[in-house]
Amino acid sequence: MAILVTPQTRVLVQGITGSFGARHSQLSLAYGTQIVAGVTPGKGGQTFENKVPIYDTVAQAAKETGATASAIFVPPPFAADAILEAVDAGLDLVVCITEGIPVNDMIKVKRATQGSKTRLIGPNCPGLVTPGEGKDSHGGSRIGIAPGYIHKKGNVGVVSRSGTLTYEAVWQLTCRGVGQSTCVGIGGDPVNGTSHLDVIKMFNDDPETHGIIMIGEIGGSAEEEAAEWIAQYCKKPVAGFIAGATAPPGRRMGHAGAIVSGGKGTAKAKIDAFKAAGIGVAATPSEMAETLLKLM
Amino acid sequence: MNIHEFQAKELLAQYGVPVPAGSVCRTAEEARAAAEKLFAGGSGMVVVKSQIHAGGRGKGTFKSGFQGGVKLCKTADDVCEKAKAMLGQTLVTKQTGPDGRLVSTLLVADAPAIKKEFYAAVLLDRVSSRPLLMASAEGGMDIEEVAEKHPEKIIKEIIDPAVGMYPYQARKVAAALGLSGDLINPAVKLFMGLYKTWWKSDAAMVEINPLAIIEGPGGKQSLSAVDAKMSLDDNALYRHANIQAMRDLNEEAPLEIEASKFALNYIKLDGSIACLVNGAGLAMATMDIIQHYGGSPANFLDVGGGASREQVTAAFKIILSDPNVKGILVNIFGGIMQCDIIATGIVEAVRETHLKLPLVVRLEGNNVDLGKKILRESGLPLISGDSMADAAQKIVKAVGK
Repeated sequence: MAILVTPQTRVLVQGITGSFGARHSQLSLAYGTQIVAGVTPGKGGQTFENKVPIYDTVAQAAKETGATASAIFVPPPFAADAILEAVDAGLDLVVCITEGIPVNDMIKVKRATQGSKTRLIGPNCPGLVTPGEGKDSHGGSRIGIAPGYIHKKGNVGVVSRSGTLTYEAVWQLTCRGVGQSTCVGIGGDPVNGTSHLDVIKMFNDDPETHGIIMIGEIGGSAEEEAAEWIAQYCKKPVAGFIAGATAPPGRRMGHAGAIVSGGKGTAKAKIDAFKAAGIGVAATPSEMAETLLKLM
Repeated sequence: MNIHEFQAKELLAQYGVPVPAGSVCRTAEEARAAAEKLFAGGSGMVVVKSQIHAGGRGKGTFKSGFQGGVKLCKTADDVCEKAKAMLGQTLVTKQTGPDGRLVSTLLVADAPAIKKEFYAAVLLDRVSSRPLLMASAEGGMDIEEVAEKHPEKIIKEIIDPAVGMYPYQARKVAAALGLSGDLINPAVKLFMGLYKTWWKSDAAMVEINPLAIIEGPGGKQSLSAVDAKMSLDDNALYRHANIQAMRDLNEEAPLEIEASKFALNYIKLDGSIACLVNGAGLAMATMDIIQHYGGSPANFLDVGGGASREQVTAAFKIILSDPNVKGILVNIFGGIMQCDIIATGIVEAVRETHLKLPLVVRLEGNNVDLGKKILRESGLPLISGDSMADAAQKIVKAVGK
């Protein structure tokens, strides 16, 4: 089953003709993902890589190709508009990769999409991967920018605010012969579409997911909220890691959301919450997979 | 990005928040002239305030030995004298660290008689993803301390971004603060202006502390933003040319300014092991693992997604300009980034900078085999790390010996 996407999910790419969007669309096609349409206003009627039709609007692309998910690669000033367009077109899933969207734009997007059926992942995230059954997990659904070959089809769910730490965890699992159901990067911005808790709930309900790795970092309290729920309701073993124990307070550590402010959002508070919830805490980022496997 | 008190007050005033009359001064003579104008206008007392991006100015000490970065004066001569003692001097406060900050600008302002102090701020509430107006009757105090010890004394009003703040919300907060009568409507105007300043400027936080009830000559009470602090959302600066112009490079670490020219995300720390990493989460985790194995990180450095060879070389130069650095750990997990580009960048940077310090490189991800081959065939004395733990232990050992 996996969560959010399966190898059959039909995906369109907003910003498919930009260099970043084009490169990762090629990689997704090579991975075997159903990239069925691109959207670049003004380039409707052209094709990408001589096979993927390009449309001027998301609504046209979805109607013509049956796409139900979108990957967004448009520059920050236009990203809020792109997200709202995808939501308006009635897609099930919108994954926004774009980094650097103003917070106020996301506040508005979040408000405007309240109550809609569309799930937004990101922004400022690596996207998600449901690994396939082929060599190097080929044939899976890769929406975003994660390296496909590090994955392996299996039963561990991974959720993280950080892209490269997700890859780190996935690679540790794959190197130990342990596969993943779905790996979700929820992004490093302070306002995002999907939280740790949203993803944990989906993993909890997914029969194919047997264990969960949750990776967090300093800033906000999303990890604490997820931990509280896990303590009460989660039926599956969870291991976690929190980045930023050595980060100086008051500084934004690369991610817009990674900041300890007013004494809130410290690594210690999150690690304590994990421990209190019975979540296995990896002492170093090198031990994320080991920590989970010991619990399974 | 942070801005100075006087700049925050300029923005607040534009949106209708009352601030004490005052002028920005860069010489003692300017300060005297500003003070004369204020006294002539009826000020009983004038305050001279050092403009630096750090709190605790009043209780700070200049390296010259002069006490206090904020001084109350009764005469223009006194203002001139205090300005002379502050300008061109380095002020050390509990927030600046031992290096302190050079004071090159003063705010010379009316210092009204304060009857009562409050705290007010607008910021993002991360739980609801909405703006939050926060206030407390415990003004002038360290708000973090109030929040910690007396959370019930913090008043919170969440704002619906679809419609913005309504006056009733401002009235609610004003009433909760105990404001009444003639002060209710001015408070509403002030809170509405505070919210507008936050929203229209794309601020991360706007804080008025203290927000004061002041008493005018006839005993008439009014409200005034006596001190203000503001930080902006860097991602939205592109649409605010006026705020971009407020950036003060003197307030930023020179290496961080250099890094920003190459779109590198660099934060200097005090340790001896530099790290160069792709991805913010992995960069933080790399700092953490260095400390876990007994080392101390010299910096946070995220070379980001599309790091070019130029960026990697610039990153090496920046790392090496820090005299505390005794070794370097490169940790790359290529998702967006191609390991061969990184490897080529590392080889070029090592050659160009004639690196003598121990360097441990750990590569993984897209084109990793090609990347490792480039490093191997470079003939450079690099130490290769297989995992993060392996790489961290190797660099800690190399620096330790």
